[in-house]
Formats: sequence, structure tokens, C-alpha cells
Amino acid sequence: MTHKPSGDFAEDQLRERLRSAEPPIDAGLRRDLWPRMLERIGEAPRGSQERLWPFAVPWFDWALAGIVGATIAFFPALIPALLYHL
Amino acid sequence: MDLLQRFAAGDPDAFEALFREHQGEVYRWIVRIVRDPAAAEDLTVETLWRLYQARGRLDPRGNCAGWLRRVATNLAIDHLRRSRPFEPLAAEPPGPAQPDCAAQQQERAAIRAALAELSPRLRIVVRLGLIEDEPYASIAESLGISAGAVKLRMFRALRILRKKLEQRGVRP
Repeated sequence: MTHKPSGDFAEDQLRERLRSAEPPIDAGLRRDLWPRMLERIGEAPRGSQERLWPFAVPWFDWALAGIVGATIAFFPALIPALLYHL
Repeated sequence: MDLLQRFAAGDPDAFEALFREHQGEVYRWIVRIVRDPAAAEDLTVETLWRLYQARGRLDPRGNCAGWLRRVATNLAIDHLRRSRPFEPLAAEPPGPAQPDCAAQQQERAAIRAALAELSPRLRIVVRLGLIEDEPYASIAESLGISAGAVKLRMFRALRILRKKLEQRGVRP
């Protein structure tokens, strides 16, 4: 594949030398890494976890929704004003 | 619904199943690049952590293994950039039983030093392509480049390696 000047390593020679210096690795995983991932998930800032899960909503959004719902239930006359501000 | 679809839909149990399914393959890929089992474990966790973080943006019909391999390769390259240019290889197996003469040991050290001086982008191609016999197409996919670009990198890497070996007195 590669052009080489005479007296230089051929690719096969180089491969052989490289393999003697750094033998191919055929090593499998020696232990389960899931416990480390659990630690990692536990260490993540709470805010980032909430942001990542698609269905997680911060508590203040629920509070705001509750206030708006209560306002509509007790003061229906305010609905036009609320719609105006949306 | 397969695991990736369940995971993308927010099922936390699906992530554990995905993790266990892919951790071994991700580790094997990384350890062949960085040649350090401890670092490879760290990078495996980091790779799968990136998957966890990306769950909201994942294409549930996408190729999870391919995605993980690209991320793992990028993280391994970053690790090679941060590592010291030449340090003892933690992954190196114990030496052969027969007595090894000093000249051979010296030559191996010179080869490792020459390899370590290559840029990570070239070193990864040499390690995967020449030492580990990984097909060019597979290396190309993991690096996000064409097989032709991998061949070009290999050509450049070998040219530099030959020169460095010559400087160190290692001859064919």
C-alpha cells in the first residue's frame, strides 16, 4: 500500500515490530461498571437530571400552574385579564 | 418497543439494560486505543454517561452501538492528548517466559517511544489498523471519516514512524 525507499521498513516488517513492542490486546471487561454509573448518576446535579428527563417539571412550574388554576376557579371574571397577559 | 426506544421515551430501567449490553464492547474498543485498563474503565463509564445525558435528543431508531463507538473514540483521543507522551503501558502483558536480551528490550522501548510521539489522530489509526487488525471501514466509521482518509492517515503515520525509528537506530 505504501511506497517506501529501499532500506526502509516494509509495512509487514513494521507491523511485526510494532506488535512485538505493543502486543494486541484481547482483554475483556474484568468487572461490572454499572455500580460506578449509578454513583455518577447520583452525583449529577439535581437540576441537570430534571432538565434531562423529558417528563420532569420543576416544582415552581407546578406551583404557578396551581396558582393560575385556583385564580380561575375562584375568580372566573379574571379569565379575560389572564388571557390578555398570556 | 426495543431498549433504545424505551430509553429515549424516559424508561430508567432501559438504561441499565443498555449499559449492561454495551459496556463490554465499549471497553474492548477503548482499551485497544489507550492500552490502559483503568483509564479504559473510566472512559467506558464516561461514554455511557454521555448516552445517558443524550437521551432526550437520541433518535430511537438510530444505531446505538455506532454512536457509542464514535463517542468512545473521541474520548479516547482526548485521553491520548492529555496523557504524557511516553509512559509505561499499564496494559502491557507480562513479558515472555524466555529471557529477553537487552537489545530487544531497547528496540521495543524505542518503537513504543516513536509510536507515542505520533499525534493521537495518527496513533489511533496505527494501533487499530496495524496492531489490532481492525478493518479500515470500521476505523473510518468510529472516527467519522472515510476509509480513504484512514488510508491517508496510515500512510502519513508509517512515513513518520519509519523516520523516527531510523533516528533511533532501529533498522529493518
